[in-house]
Amino acid sequence: MTALARLFSLKHSGAHQSRRVVAILSVLLLASLVLSVSLGSQPTAFMDVLHGLIRPQHSDIRLILYELRLPRALLAILVGAALAVSGLILQKLVRNPLASPDVIGISSGASVAAVLVLTLGAGVISERWLPLAAMAGAALVALGIVTLAWSRGVTPTRLVLMGIGIAAALGAVTTLLLILSTDTSAMHAYIWMTGSLYATQWSSVIGMLPWVALGLPLAFVMARQLDVLSLGDELAIGLGSQVTVSRLKLLGLSVMLTGAAIAYSGGLSFIGLIAPHIARRLVANRTASLLPVTALVGALLLLHADLIGRLAFLPRDLPAGIFVAGIGAPFLIYLLYRWQRH
Amino acid sequence: MLITRSAKSWGLLVSATLLLVTFWLSLAIGQTEMEWSAVFNALTAYQPGNIDHLIVRTERLSRTIIAALVGASLAVAGALMQTLTRNALAAPSVLGINAGAMLLLVVASTWWGLRSPFALVWVAFLGAGGAAFLVYLLGRSPGRGLSSVRVVLAGVAMTALFVSLAQGVLIAHQDQFESLLFWLAGSVAGRELNAVIPLLPLFGAALLLCALLCRSLNLLALDDEVATGLGQRTGAIKLLAGSAVIVLAGGAVAIAGMIGFVGLLVPHMVRGIFGRDHHWVLPGCAVLGASLLMLADTVARLLMPPQEVPVGIMTALLGTPFFLYLARRRSLGL
Repeated sequence: MTALARLFSLKHSGAHQSRRVVAILSVLLLASLVLSVSLGSQPTAFMDVLHGLIRPQHSDIRLILYELRLPRALLAILVGAALAVSGLILQKLVRNPLASPDVIGISSGASVAAVLVLTLGAGVISERWLPLAAMAGAALVALGIVTLAWSRGVTPTRLVLMGIGIAAALGAVTTLLLILSTDTSAMHAYIWMTGSLYATQWSSVIGMLPWVALGLPLAFVMARQLDVLSLGDELAIGLGSQVTVSRLKLLGLSVMLTGAAIAYSGGLSFIGLIAPHIARRLVANRTASLLPVTALVGALLLLHADLIGRLAFLPRDLPAGIFVAGIGAPFLIYLLYRWQRH
Repeated sequence: MLITRSAKSWGLLVSATLLLVTFWLSLAIGQTEMEWSAVFNALTAYQPGNIDHLIVRTERLSRTIIAALVGASLAVAGALMQTLTRNALAAPSVLGINAGAMLLLVVASTWWGLRSPFALVWVAFLGAGGAAFLVYLLGRSPGRGLSSVRVVLAGVAMTALFVSLAQGVLIAHQDQFESLLFWLAGSVAGRELNAVIPLLPLFGAALLLCALLCRSLNLLALDDEVATGLGQRTGAIKLLAGSAVIVLAGGAVAIAGMIGFVGLLVPHMVRGIFGRDHHWVLPGCAVLGASLLMLADTVARLLMPPQEVPVGIMTALLGTPFFLYLARRRSLGL
């Protein structure tokens, strides 16, 4: 009886804690958004920014705020959240904390398609088609991975290994494309591959928004399936789960989020790997409570990485991807240290 | 598979012949067509004024020898790693060792301005060693040693990390982009033979160490406990074999950049021919690894003239189907 009571109170405090974490992170995100909008190569006084945000028509800095900084910050939030949630789904799906869209090859499909457009298609195909190409690439490659891994259903192990193999081949193709193209388009494509939010326009924010607005609620709906799957195949089947069907649905969701994110921001890696881990430090390991926290952490990570990229080496504007990797390196090593002690 | 000792000796002899044939092809075939007699004369009766001779002696000979050296090193390193981890997918490129070496090389040549090959090779050792250490720590499950899928994922995650950090350095130093990109892709073209010669003793020492370790490696491949029971000091052997891997793979990256899948592909081929005894596997890997990379480099020159395809891309495209085949098998054991 006491055990039951303790369990209940624990569960209760867990939900309570999760709500508190979400609230704190949301406030942090809002503060970071204001910070990100008020800092930049063009100095803008903080009060002016607040003023400009509230009453744009009476402000001289309207252009800087509304056309340059705000769309960029908003896209960072959307993309960060999408990649983080996509990574969480994959980690639960393959039951391995090292999985992420870039490790198991989904991102590389998007990259090849985009680099194809940027190098061989330079001047022929308009860059307007870049997002569509990237999404199609991610979807095609995911389909290929599933096909290769298929043998009376898909197991997580084979999915991961096929993904790794495909990613290696596609990486080679991408490098080949870069070498065969001219210097300028190669550099352009290279910066794209690292992941950059430079010169984001409102159209990108609007293009990205529906995918996130669709994907995150879907992830919530499927959270229970993920929890069941992460118990292991036997238990999941025992609990009445159609293992392969839910696995494919979840993989599809992850591909959709990754494809959209990469389409608008380039080949950002590591957010999908790191954000779920940070979230697990903050709240209980249950998908429904992890999801919002993971999304917020991912958004915060990318927003700050982009802020550093904009400010740290003024007047140069470096791709956010560099700094995501920079944060990722120490974090992976910390992860490793934790594993050693447990 | 060859069973008897004499059959294996013949097998090794055939492999050595293959080595000579690919060596010759790599010298004779290229974008400049020439008579085979001219190639032969370039080697035996070199005339500095003759254009054909000049191409063979300066351009093709150095890249051929470098391809042979790099191919042999990577294949032997792959065989050692597969034995050490008892994992069929282990290879310097899969487990992040190549990428670790490459990252430190990129950092050293851009930030620290290092140019001398001898300094760079030590940097590469440092990078390869650091990567091996990290992947080993990340890849082992507590109390159960290295777990097969986990170590592969750890290797791939670390590779992704190293590559994106290197990308960052490259974007910050755009002036050197073109030369470094070729390094990233893996290529044996345009390297000076003279720069490589001082490194030969290091490779020689590592290969000698491998030769001495053959018997211990055979026992280690069975099981740690069996090996310990038979009087082997497993820790010391693993450490020695690990250092050989780092020297061979790190050195290969310092010379030719990231060339993947040779270390994965060749040991499996060789085990299919010669069985599992390291006394045969390691020499077989050296000979066939060298042949494979020389052949891949020759084909890479001809694929889309006048552009050259870096040989690392060739090996990645060749190796992927094989990786997928291995990964689809039921177990990842050797």
